[in-house]
Amino acid sequence: MAAKKSTKLAFSKDQYLKWYEDMLLMRKIEEKTGQLYIQQKFGGFCHLYIGQEAVVTGTVSATQKGDKHITAYRDHAHPIALGVHPKYMMAELYGKSTGMSKGKGGSMHMFHKETGLMGGHGIVGAQIAMGAGIAFAEQYKNTGNICITSMGDGAIRQGILHETFNMAMNWKIPVVFLIENNNYAMGTSVDRTTNVTDLSEIGKSYNMPSKSVDGMKVTEVHEAMTWAADHARSGKGPVLLDIRTYRFKGHSMSDPQKYRTKEEVEKYKAQDPVLFVKDILIKNKFIDDKGLAEIMDRIKATVEESVKFAEESPSPEASELYKDIYVEDNYPYIMDNKF
Amino acid sequence: MKIVIKQCIFAGQNKNQNMRIIQFREAIQEAMTEEMRRDENVFLLGEEVAQYNGAYKASKGMLDEFGEKRVIDTPIAELGFAGIAVGAAMNGLRPIVEFMTWNFAILAADQIINSAAKMLQMSGGQFGNPIVFRGPNGTAGQLGATHSQSFEALYAMVPGLKVITPSNPYDAKGLLKAAIRDENPVVFMESESMYGDKGEVPEGEYVLPIGKADVKRVGTDCTLISFGKIMKVAFAAADELAKEGINVEVIDIRTIRPLDIDTIIESVKKTNRVVVLEESWPYASVSSEITYQIQSKAFDFLDAPVRRLTQSDTSFAFSKSLIAEALPGVEDVVKAVKASMYKL
Repeated sequence: MAAKKSTKLAFSKDQYLKWYEDMLLMRKIEEKTGQLYIQQKFGGFCHLYIGQEAVVTGTVSATQKGDKHITAYRDHAHPIALGVHPKYMMAELYGKSTGMSKGKGGSMHMFHKETGLMGGHGIVGAQIAMGAGIAFAEQYKNTGNICITSMGDGAIRQGILHETFNMAMNWKIPVVFLIENNNYAMGTSVDRTTNVTDLSEIGKSYNMPSKSVDGMKVTEVHEAMTWAADHARSGKGPVLLDIRTYRFKGHSMSDPQKYRTKEEVEKYKAQDPVLFVKDILIKNKFIDDKGLAEIMDRIKATVEESVKFAEESPSPEASELYKDIYVEDNYPYIMDNKF
Repeated sequence: MKIVIKQCIFAGQNKNQNMRIIQFREAIQEAMTEEMRRDENVFLLGEEVAQYNGAYKASKGMLDEFGEKRVIDTPIAELGFAGIAVGAAMNGLRPIVEFMTWNFAILAADQIINSAAKMLQMSGGQFGNPIVFRGPNGTAGQLGATHSQSFEALYAMVPGLKVITPSNPYDAKGLLKAAIRDENPVVFMESESMYGDKGEVPEGEYVLPIGKADVKRVGTDCTLISFGKIMKVAFAAADELAKEGINVEVIDIRTIRPLDIDTIIESVKKTNRVVVLEESWPYASVSSEITYQIQSKAFDFLDAPVRRLTQSDTSFAFSKSLIAEALPGVEDVVKAVKASMYKL
């Protein structure tokens, strides 16, 4: 497959440029996010996407408007891939009222209805069934849309995956199950939790078309997702993609990473997904140093703007505590819980 | 985004409609059928709901009317199908999820508590979850410890959920229709041993308001508060007490969350005495909450401590003798009312 690309490029110059700029923005936003977290600008959990940028980028470029996306709690990059300005994600990290979920969700709960981002979810594996349900609704309404349901390799071991795979196949639900397989469920490697280390095998046990994909190359992700999305959209039912990626940072900000070697991390950093696209741009003379500098300037400005927006935005009003719990505004809450 | 629930049609408006006697299960079936005719986004899924017509025949005939697209048999996978329904509710549909019993729904509690109840809030108001989780709850004879539990208090604790336990066919139909139309996730609890109960239900359309208790029997001497199947014990005790000239006011709270505390307090101010009767366990129960709220809001009106009667603080056992020992009966209620009147 690689040989094909050495002779003839499969994608347009604009596509590579878009991928590069999106992925570099994700990288720079997440680097900044990590710094801000260490500076205690905001609290909560913080799971960075650094190293995995090609997965969501190649996924979104291969899907279409109207399709839905749902993922777990490593969700800072999804809004960027879907074209949402990162200032809203940053404001959410800060717990501000201008955040994607009005400061009520935080790092793990990025939602954006307009672009079909059905959340960041905090319970490992819970989004697998929800994603199938979202796709079920598309099938019910006969829209032709699909739902990309992302999960980490750790979620594979939850019972809900097996229940959902079974029903999704039986009911031919238009869903693509996407494993962001970075090989570690927090600090526990895939091979320590199972004797089926090839995760694509799990789909096959439900007769689900399944494929393993090099998740460090956005081109490979895009091609695999194009195939998977076509399959799901055509009414043939779900597809499983085991997208093999790697997170360059710890599971969360409090991870000493004793479960893996520096050599292993370096090996994957040599396959950096952002540099992979940059190399293609340079080798094919799609961009020069000036062009690269312009992209970097734009990204730096966006990152700066995002942080400024988050810092200057107001915190939610106290009255927001009693909003969005129930749809109606007049729910009779118990109010004598405090003096 | 905000939808204010419209004022519901109250029971009183239907007094002139023709009354029929139907079973509890038929009331459930009618509520679901009418709502599915009214809104094509409503669908039913669960174990045995379609071809088998429901494990307790509460969905009889619905597959024939609505077809496989809208009446869906699931495998035995409570967590999975509850999660699929939650996702569907995020994306424009209005699922009714039938659990064969609420005991089995424990497997799906993650999706009810962590997903459905919190979706609107976590998404900053972007994604609601109009969904009904329903099925039988509570004891139903000699079914052993895992098949005999009442979980109202568990779900009523969770902000974001509404919890309803009707005690008769009329309330069941009107409240289930309201639950299906509600924009929030609703936990709706029935009972295996109530499905065959018969009661008056009018012909035609009516919806009962969620969060409104019903004074089932007006009285002056003591307020007896209960809900669900054990209301029968409350009524029988009130009958017994009436023979002795004790006039009990019987309140069926019907909705556990939100609780209609106003109706309760109004009654307490009149009778000054309260007994709460609940089928479930005593610890951190619905009766605990009602008792707390009464002492908080009507302390000066109480002439006696609030008493409550519940199942024993033990797992439910198989033997008939142990079941009789575990559950409060008519005699217990009679004694509790008399005790609160210092007549024991």
